[in-house]
Amino acid sequence: MRSVQLVHLAHARSGDKGDTANVGVIAYEPEHYDLLVERLTPERVKRHFGTMIEGDVERYELPNLHALNFVLHGALDGGGTVSLMSDAQGKVLSTAILRMEIEVPDEVAEAVEGRGRVPAGWTPPSPRVHDG
Amino acid sequence: MSGSGGAGSGGRDVIRVAGAQGFWGDDLEAPVRQVEGGPIDYLMLDYLAEVTMSVLRKLKARDPSAGYARDFVPLMERIFPACVERGVRVLANAGGVNPLGCAEAVVEAGQAAGVAGEARVGLVTGDDLTERLEELIANGHTLTHMETGRPLSDILDDVRSANVYLGAGPIVRALSLGADVVVTGRCADAALTYAPMIHEFGWSLDDADLVASGVVAGHINECGAQSTGGNCLANWWEIPDLAVVGFPIIEARPDGSFVVTKHPNSGGRVSRASVTEQIVYEIGDPASYVTPDVVADFTTVQLTDEGRDRVGVHGVTGRAPTELYKVSVAYSAGWKAVGTLTYAWPDAALKARAADVVLRERLDRLGLAFDEIRTELVGWDSTHGPLVGEPSGEVPEVQLRVGVRSSDRASVERFTREISPLVLTGPPTVTAYGGGRPRVQEIMAFWPALVRKDAVDPHVAVEVREV
Repeated sequence: MRSVQLVHLAHARSGDKGDTANVGVIAYEPEHYDLLVERLTPERVKRHFGTMIEGDVERYELPNLHALNFVLHGALDGGGTVSLMSDAQGKVLSTAILRMEIEVPDEVAEAVEGRGRVPAGWTPPSPRVHDG
Repeated sequence: MSGSGGAGSGGRDVIRVAGAQGFWGDDLEAPVRQVEGGPIDYLMLDYLAEVTMSVLRKLKARDPSAGYARDFVPLMERIFPACVERGVRVLANAGGVNPLGCAEAVVEAGQAAGVAGEARVGLVTGDDLTERLEELIANGHTLTHMETGRPLSDILDDVRSANVYLGAGPIVRALSLGADVVVTGRCADAALTYAPMIHEFGWSLDDADLVASGVVAGHINECGAQSTGGNCLANWWEIPDLAVVGFPIIEARPDGSFVVTKHPNSGGRVSRASVTEQIVYEIGDPASYVTPDVVADFTTVQLTDEGRDRVGVHGVTGRAPTELYKVSVAYSAGWKAVGTLTYAWPDAALKARAADVVLRERLDRLGLAFDEIRTELVGWDSTHGPLVGEPSGEVPEVQLRVGVRSSDRASVERFTREISPLVLTGPPTVTAYGGGRPRVQEIMAFWPALVRKDAVDPHVAVEVREV
């Protein structure tokens, strides 16, 4: 077993509903979904976020999509236009969850190395300029 | 638009519903690209975020002809001829708090665009409860806050707007009356996508599985390019040509299955990853996605690869809807302001934290009343908070960002005068105060509530006007 950052195993998207945020975590490889179900318990996720979340964490499973949905209550300082947070709508909590370290078998750790991060040496292409 | 109007299905086995705006302020060119970039049958535009209704109400109070998404009118003037020529029907919740004013402006836009006599504009009203709240409360509708359980009467004086999320029924009625453009106020965003399916395929609103399929299609369609490669985390660096990103097109079939795609020669990417990210966006319990027309079960969604930039969706199931509509109430809940200053290396974060201490002490000595003072270091912890630990002295720069909230406007006003002085009276190497004082903003808070459908439906009206 080795500890691997979740960013290499899953992608994610997050959003808001009032003071509640949700984060959908999607396995890159369907065969890693069961591992995520096992490791990403609501208790573990609640502990990961610590003081960032005032309320409970609920977890829902979407096995067809190899995805887990985490509902984070009291995550947005009141939410909407009440919140004083930069990220008042929870748009970037998606990658906050991907900071988690989880234990995976060695062969999985090797297989996912580098996944989820920009390849070394990549830079954005130049703008394509109209010539007419 | 001859041929597209009239009741019921023309026996079509596929219709293409194009998403063209994910919010008011989205890519202005996207609707034009959707109409001109290839075949579509319906164009749907979602303009209304929660906060938008209260803003529109404020505008209408100043000018009774205002109160709708004004961008929609010049857009229609621009695309009306192409829509008429190609038989593309348009659905938009651009009506805001003044759907009638919006529909009248769209009729005029059609005349200016030279399509007089060739198109009809439909109008859905009845979602606006703002003027009916006292009557509803008197009749026992408490409009209790869904999370806190407080009755709406507690804050009635502060309410600025209250609107029901209507379902697809009235939109379908407008289509069957021959409307080529349907303007609504508040409705369930997804209804703008599945109303055409109900109309074209003759679906019954009682067929929960079909309507739930339409809801999933609408959910994928309603945030614009967020399903076609925009804001997509999976391998984002490989997604091509976002400058001309293709917005989503739903190719719907009578059996409820559909394909998510985009126009050829557009940028972005439709993939299982991009579609899945959008399916899980802003949901709670995926097995019970509650809408006015059905309770959809997102856990039943099956995705299939159907070639380049084509993802198939099938297998969706649903259950009968509840007897309740969701109501979104916006109410005034005090004032806030946010001030920023930028600190440079070395020890940038420590300088910013020290400045924050000075600021808080001054605010305290002034005896100002705040419900909250919140400090973030942009460039360090403003996105992931305490998860990132403490910055080293070598971090090249951070922006100190301090926000305050109060029911006392004067306290917030005074806060805005306390940022700039820190430049000469606080820790060193600080810049970026040239933008002037922070702006005081009124806070519009949201009060989610439920109301019985039978208290709303008799007030819902549909009419159609000739251009």
